[in-house]
Amino acid sequence: MPPFSVKTSGVKKNLRAGVSAPRNKNTAGLETVRIPAPRFVRIPMKMHIGEPCSPAVQVGDSVTVGQTVGSCGAELCVPIHASISGRVTEVGNIEMPDGSICTAVTIESDGQTRPFGGTAPPAPGTREDFIKAVRRSGLVGLGGAGFPTYAKLEIPAGKIDTLIVNAVECEPYITVDCRACIENPGDVLEGIALVRDFLKIKNAVIAIEDNKPGAIRSLAAEVQSKGADGVSLITLKSRYPQGAEKILVRSAAGRRLAPGQLPLDVGCLVINVSTVAFIARYMRTGRPLVSRTVTVSGPAIREPKNVRVPVGISISDVIDFCGGFSAEPYKIITGGPMTGLAVISADLPVLKQNSAIIALPEPKKIIPESACIRCGRCVRACPLKLRPTVIESLTKTGDAAALERSGAAICMECACCAYVCPAGKPLVQTMRLAKRMLSES
Amino acid sequence: MTSEKLLTAGASPHIRSGSTTRRIMLDVIIALAPSLAAAAVIFGPRTLAVAAVTVGTCVLAEYLSRRVMKRDNTVGDLSAAVTGLILAFNLPSTIPLWMAAFGSVAAVVVVKQMFGGIGQNFVNPALTARIILMVSFPAAMTASWPGAFMWRSSADAVTSATPLALMKDGGELPSLLNMLFAKSGSLGEVCAFTLILGGVYLVIRRVISPVIPLCFIGTVAAAMFLYGLASRDDAFTFMIYELLGGGLMLGAVFMATDYATSPVNTAGRIVFAVGCGLLTFVIRIFGGMTEGVSFAILIMNILVPHIERLTAPKPFGYINEKKQKEASKA
Repeated sequence: MPPFSVKTSGVKKNLRAGVSAPRNKNTAGLETVRIPAPRFVRIPMKMHIGEPCSPAVQVGDSVTVGQTVGSCGAELCVPIHASISGRVTEVGNIEMPDGSICTAVTIESDGQTRPFGGTAPPAPGTREDFIKAVRRSGLVGLGGAGFPTYAKLEIPAGKIDTLIVNAVECEPYITVDCRACIENPGDVLEGIALVRDFLKIKNAVIAIEDNKPGAIRSLAAEVQSKGADGVSLITLKSRYPQGAEKILVRSAAGRRLAPGQLPLDVGCLVINVSTVAFIARYMRTGRPLVSRTVTVSGPAIREPKNVRVPVGISISDVIDFCGGFSAEPYKIITGGPMTGLAVISADLPVLKQNSAIIALPEPKKIIPESACIRCGRCVRACPLKLRPTVIESLTKTGDAAALERSGAAICMECACCAYVCPAGKPLVQTMRLAKRMLSES
Repeated sequence: MTSEKLLTAGASPHIRSGSTTRRIMLDVIIALAPSLAAAAVIFGPRTLAVAAVTVGTCVLAEYLSRRVMKRDNTVGDLSAAVTGLILAFNLPSTIPLWMAAFGSVAAVVVVKQMFGGIGQNFVNPALTARIILMVSFPAAMTASWPGAFMWRSSADAVTSATPLALMKDGGELPSLLNMLFAKSGSLGEVCAFTLILGGVYLVIRRVISPVIPLCFIGTVAAAMFLYGLASRDDAFTFMIYELLGGGLMLGAVFMATDYATSPVNTAGRIVFAVGCGLLTFVIRIFGGMTEGVSFAILIMNILVPHIERLTAPKPFGYINEKKQKEASKA
């Protein structure tokens, strides 16, 4: 049997900064349930970071699950597929969670789930075919950022020696990656094998936090039974933001990204664990990305669940499936509470990259913003060794040269600084402002 | 599932740690309370009158000066109360109450609010007020330190030399037990035990990091011990008396750790605290005064911006960039 190591000693460098926010992983033990097909879905034409797709269907068209409804040839774009079968009733604009306006295709369900006839396992033979197939699948990083996965794979052969599979999931509440490891460990390892084979990557490291014993056991058992040479599993101390790309490249591979560097510049490829598992499923079935698992949780949700939902289903339909609200919602967040987006309406659709829907009731106490007391908590919390309080005063004085030296440009908006600030300062906005000032100067 | 109330948008993070300025200041007050109680036992009820005057005046001065400056009321953050309490700790229990009030106004209005309020003052308000009072009223501030428990006995013999003065000028030193629990001195510095207790509480509550107190006290200890070795037989006892005498515990735990006037980064804090320790040593041993903690902290306060600039941590990955440049040059 090929060697497989479950090692904690494999951690090259531990994260000391960051915060230990309450994890609230109360859904970790809940098996993923499939939601019944909704009455309608609204599928935005932009669920990736590149240009939006243009609708490939018209009002009145009949569509089936997996049929392309949006396509685009530009860089960093991936096609978008129908997630339910039925009739296109509207092609119009919607306001996205980030406030931008985007075209969306509305499909009314026919009550059945008719699959698209044209799907077949892609069976790629070469590296190029593999990357093309991944692009056709419509896959974006399922962890949250919406970066098209095919673009990550488009790297010169031999440049990468380590595939880092991100199963850290350090954001509070979210347990979809944890469930992926527990429910489909075979897909995870198969996906890793595919990526390694086609891209000729020597090593693979699965990184996971030590607060997911179920997922760790499941992956280890899968490897024991199937064998996976060159794959190791490292468990990281449970601390936010262990799963941030820069932090992970350092802790899993011991390499440090200089400002502006990508993981590939230091020979690493970082892919989310659910994303890797999807690649395996897609290569087996040919069914594109039309549904995903989301964790529905938070104190204002009556029955927190992990739910498999069609892309484009409205957030309110998903929450209704979870028993509705148990308290008046104050914020509904897509993604985790540290970096997610607070949506202004529960009628918005669930996107490919949304890993969670979190509903929070109004906090008992809202800290009003007050003067900085220079306590230094933000400085100690910053995993990138920035000094948010200093950067804040630099944004006020507008000193561009000092701002440049401060390193504000590398901020990844993990929000640790704002989380710990006793003065209630909106430091994430401050950092965004600083970055904007830098890019404009 | 339509809800009448609108959802709240807003930038991440959507959860907060819950720590607030008010809670931090409340923790400092809690940490100071045992020492105040000890002072009341050692110096009598007048201690509480002094503390009431300084706290009351500080809070009132904060309220009025913010009002005059047309800024929002910040009395609720409790920082003025903390300043008042720490100022009281720096005064002899016999101080005329109007002097205590004068010091409070100087601390809050001149040192703190005139520079922009909480977090903006560049020197410690309570400490600066102590120095202002020492310079303005030397007789009341330094010549007449009340002795421990003397308030219970006859009214004549109320003053005694502080241990540090005794060490400098000669005289019989109090026992070690007295040094730890009740010596003569300003009302808040006399019970080292409760001060250390308060410091431990603040570290456990994560209000302060132990870096500054440990480096400060450690530096004084090392310097005093080495000096003791070179100049006298009882180096160790000498060191212990230097550590427990005077305001070192009060200064290291409660004043050098003041957020506004100490560096925000750990490396800066180490430099700052070691500097405080060395200056305390130099002033105490080679200076004309018996006590050096106040001036040491004050001088280091002024140097904080420079310390921060020189010890600023390199942001993530920046070191690599430099190394790469060097590597590409070579």
